[in-house]
Amino acid sequence: MFGAGGGTSSYEEVEHTDLIVLWGSNARETHPIFFHHVLRGIRGGARMYVVDPRRTTSAEWADTWLGIDVGSDIALSNTMAREIIRAGLHNREFIERATVGFDEYAASVESWTLEEGERVTGVPADVIRDLAHAYARADRAILCWTLGITEHHNAVDNVLCLINLGLLCGHVGRYGSGLNPLRGQNNVQGGGDMGAIPNKLPGFQDIEKDPEARARFEVAWDCAIPPRYGKHLSAMFEAIEHGELTALYVIGENPAQSEADAGRAKRLLGSLDTLIVQDILMTATAEMADVVFPAASSWAETEGTVTNSERRVQLMRKALDPPGQARDDIWIVAQLARCLGRDWGDPTPRQMWDELCSLSPMHRGMSYERLADLGGIQWPCPDDSHPGTQFLHARLWETDPEARGMPAPFSVVVFEPPVDELSDEFPIRLTTGRRLDSYNTGVQSGLFRSPMRAREAVCLSPEDAVRYGVGDGDRVRVTSRRGSVEAPVRVDRSLRPGLAFMTLHFPDQVETNVLTIDAWDPKSGTAEFKASAVRIEPLEQPAVTGGGQ
Amino acid sequence: MSAAPTEEERAAVDDVLGRPESGWHGGLREIDVEGHVGFGGKASRDRRHLLLPALHALQRAVGWISEGGLNHVCERLDVAPADAYGVATFYSMFRTEPPATNAIVHVCDDIACRTKGAEAVCAQFERAHGPAGSKWERSNCLGLCERAPAALVQMVGIGGSEVAISPVNEHHVVSLTDGGPMSAGGVDADSAPQTRDARTRDDLRLLRRVGVVDPRSIDDYRANGGYEALRTAIELGPSGVIREVTDAKLLGRGGAAFPTGVKWQAVATQPARPHYFVCNADESEPGTFKDRVLLENDPFSVLEALTIAGYATAAERGYVYIRGEYPLATRLLEQAIEQARARGFLGDDVMGEGVRFDVEIRRGAGAYICGEETALFNSIEGRRGEPRNKPPFPVTHGLFGKPTGINNVETLANVLEILRIGGPAYAATGTGDSTGTRLFCLSGAVERPGVYEVECGTSLRDLLSLAGPPPAGRSLRAVLLGGAAGSFVTPEELDLPLSFEGARAADVTLGSGVVMAFDDTADMEDIVLRIAAFFRDESCGQCVPCRVGTVRQEEALHRLSAGTNGSRVRELQLLSDVAQVMRDASICGLGQTASGAVQSAIAKLGVFGGAA
Repeated sequence: MFGAGGGTSSYEEVEHTDLIVLWGSNARETHPIFFHHVLRGIRGGARMYVVDPRRTTSAEWADTWLGIDVGSDIALSNTMAREIIRAGLHNREFIERATVGFDEYAASVESWTLEEGERVTGVPADVIRDLAHAYARADRAILCWTLGITEHHNAVDNVLCLINLGLLCGHVGRYGSGLNPLRGQNNVQGGGDMGAIPNKLPGFQDIEKDPEARARFEVAWDCAIPPRYGKHLSAMFEAIEHGELTALYVIGENPAQSEADAGRAKRLLGSLDTLIVQDILMTATAEMADVVFPAASSWAETEGTVTNSERRVQLMRKALDPPGQARDDIWIVAQLARCLGRDWGDPTPRQMWDELCSLSPMHRGMSYERLADLGGIQWPCPDDSHPGTQFLHARLWETDPEARGMPAPFSVVVFEPPVDELSDEFPIRLTTGRRLDSYNTGVQSGLFRSPMRAREAVCLSPEDAVRYGVGDGDRVRVTSRRGSVEAPVRVDRSLRPGLAFMTLHFPDQVETNVLTIDAWDPKSGTAEFKASAVRIEPLEQPAVTGGGQ
Repeated sequence: MSAAPTEEERAAVDDVLGRPESGWHGGLREIDVEGHVGFGGKASRDRRHLLLPALHALQRAVGWISEGGLNHVCERLDVAPADAYGVATFYSMFRTEPPATNAIVHVCDDIACRTKGAEAVCAQFERAHGPAGSKWERSNCLGLCERAPAALVQMVGIGGSEVAISPVNEHHVVSLTDGGPMSAGGVDADSAPQTRDARTRDDLRLLRRVGVVDPRSIDDYRANGGYEALRTAIELGPSGVIREVTDAKLLGRGGAAFPTGVKWQAVATQPARPHYFVCNADESEPGTFKDRVLLENDPFSVLEALTIAGYATAAERGYVYIRGEYPLATRLLEQAIEQARARGFLGDDVMGEGVRFDVEIRRGAGAYICGEETALFNSIEGRRGEPRNKPPFPVTHGLFGKPTGINNVETLANVLEILRIGGPAYAATGTGDSTGTRLFCLSGAVERPGVYEVECGTSLRDLLSLAGPPPAGRSLRAVLLGGAAGSFVTPEELDLPLSFEGARAADVTLGSGVVMAFDDTADMEDIVLRIAAFFRDESCGQCVPCRVGTVRQEEALHRLSAGTNGSRVRELQLLSDVAQVMRDASICGLGQTASGAVQSAIAKLGVFGGAA
């Protein structure tokens, strides 16, 4: 946001804030380490609001749970914004000094009365008002979100609507106040930082808009860098479909099972001329590959760095040799380069890191020695004497316009409901997600036993279970406009009628992503995993007419 | 969270916690109004302190902490079931298996009862009902030592209760487990024999009303000088009260002998709010029953003293944490609180003076360690009763993390006397460093066991003579001072002055005032083994020296007892090493004192081939 691709706050700050909002995040299960910090905040007296269609285990910790209808986040945000402005609780001084676009924004939310917000989101008006006032009045407030915000066809707009709230109340750029997307794994942040995104070079240097940076990389790498953005994952699949993309090199991903509309994903992967997969395990995607490179695990088997959600770069050391023929990713890529005619020698992780520090200004002060001495460093860290940056955007609070720099823009955001509309034929809103005991498609977590892990199931509210005459373990057919799967039922009290939930952890048991829609956000390339329309049909029981309400 | 509560379990829990506010918290699910909103969080978690009362209600209603019942408690209070299960299993009075009978008998086989035939009683129970565990259980000291042997019956069912029986005899063996009629030990001033003797009665201070007032009547209490001290306190003002207590040089009677005035002053001056004041009535030291006698015979005095303590330290809420094995004292104190509220001695306007103070009772559930002040706080807060690290000390971070004063029952009882005669006059009694009188719990081989009050500095010989000699034809072998956490003294040491400085000089402790006499027929090795078993059983397991040390100590003693493994010298050296580690490195007093009695028995009494 405002030019930096990371959360603004550090973990420590969530322990010392006054108000925590988890929006579209079940951090208790999906970011359990971060949630430890949340719990410390709560024990220290912070209040917590959770915005989520389900009453998740995170919501159970909340003072107030706002159970919005799936995909109505913008409606809730805009309603809160109007209420904050109407009540005069917005931070006028901050808005005037550090932002642009307030007037247009204020005008755009004017129609979002509390009553309209209640109508669209389902959350009672007085509860929306309560959150609006609590957020605006808090001295410190941290807003966190996860895939409940970004796995929608309008993901970027969803994020912008939350940033708007932060700007409106001045809850950014101060200790204990910030806007934070929570990242999965220990290094999703690091992947983006290192340039594993189609529009940025390492250090978030724009490929198209920053020709000087591009030139520095061209000198260092002794090659020409195409001056245009690459394709993100969803666009790659479209390119495969159009025959423009015929070879794919997949490193540490399992798109055959993780992509929305999995039937289509598999068909397209199968149509490639060449599929190369580099992974630590034989995934479903690897099974389809022409060539598989067995890779070393990046934990314990290789040296390097990881970067977590608070932008902290940490040194990882090697403790074990990888098994069998598995090799460090760096070695594999270097060998491949040699075969393609470029001899990079045998680069070590440390050499690569030193090169990065020389090319990425925000990493410049992060030598291995300093990373070890300081126990990790939060970027940006521009030189060898810099301690790292605890929270971002402090500049917005500078009184000197020069030091303040570019103002942060409000964004006019228009509410659009999910693409996959409910109908008489598909009356149930299916949302997907993750659980504490498993990780994504289970490639990494499925090998380990967990006493908490249950088989895949379609979770239904007790009321819907009665309506369909099914109970725990009964098998049903779940059908969307794209496909159909069979699954056992689990009755789940955290759901209300009309809302169903599945995970994607066990594609070998139930291929949930056969149901999901691949409508994706053109700005982020993320598909709308969170909102499908389905119908439920009991199996081996007296026929029930398909989904009629 | 699969098992659902029965209607009976639900009703029992809701009776304590009130009606559920929503389907998300154990109430009826009304999804039309609750499907898009739920409340809880801090509001629910702030009720965590009701966990123990809710578990008591469940245990009483159905005889155990059932899965469904526990789940309901957890939904109501937003506590994770694993967390609550950890709490339930911490306390010996909560069962996590269904009971085999509707009246579970806990038979005391601890040291005082052992000398009065407890093993024979256990054998009778075993013959009638099979091995301990289902219908009856062996128990640590129940605090009824003056009428040993003792038992406690936990009745199951709504309206059921706990009943303490002493002395227990063979005829109880059948009737108790049937839940049939029983003659419970009632209020009994014979537990304080001095009160029955005109020659001694007028000298009594702490026991002055025992056997005189009706413990069920606030009017009778007032007719005997009750609530005069509170009036004096309000006239003096909070700082005036603290000055009197400081001038009196009152030292805490719970074992640590900390100056009470200093403690009160420290709480009173803490800026953080609110303040709390806790009365520690969890006397669980084997052989101790003085607080029970005071609570059963003069409950209003404890309440009045606690009110004064709260007033002096700016606390508006007081707690009495009373051990779960004291059902009668609990009932009488409950009645006393109700009457005091009705008469304006508790509430928002105490005695019409604008003073705000009220008291809640919290029942323990069978855990010796909860007598340790920070473990006691954790227990009130609805957690496992594990001691906290100190510092910070309770005066700054006590109950609910707030400044808290805490004194045991006897310490508080002294406050009434201080305000009656004034701090300096009080300080003129006893010895220079140990002012006032003390209560001692005499049991074992004496003629008239019971609670005795003597001036500090009285010799052990004089105290024992009040209770009379061992049975005819027997002679005194040893005296256990201070309970399991104390130490043994020999008949040669009876001139010991019973004062803090006297005890320190003799390297013994008066602890909680236990004076347990053993005659020459007592099996001292058996007594020492029982003490070791007690500590092994009661160690909370939090810190390693105590958790491991108490087990190793008992094992070594059993090896010595059985004569296995050869080298006595090596075993005694091991015991000595373990003792030192526990003393030096345990978090709390339990581990620090767990070897004291054992080591003194070896050194002074020569048991297990010790040095004596």
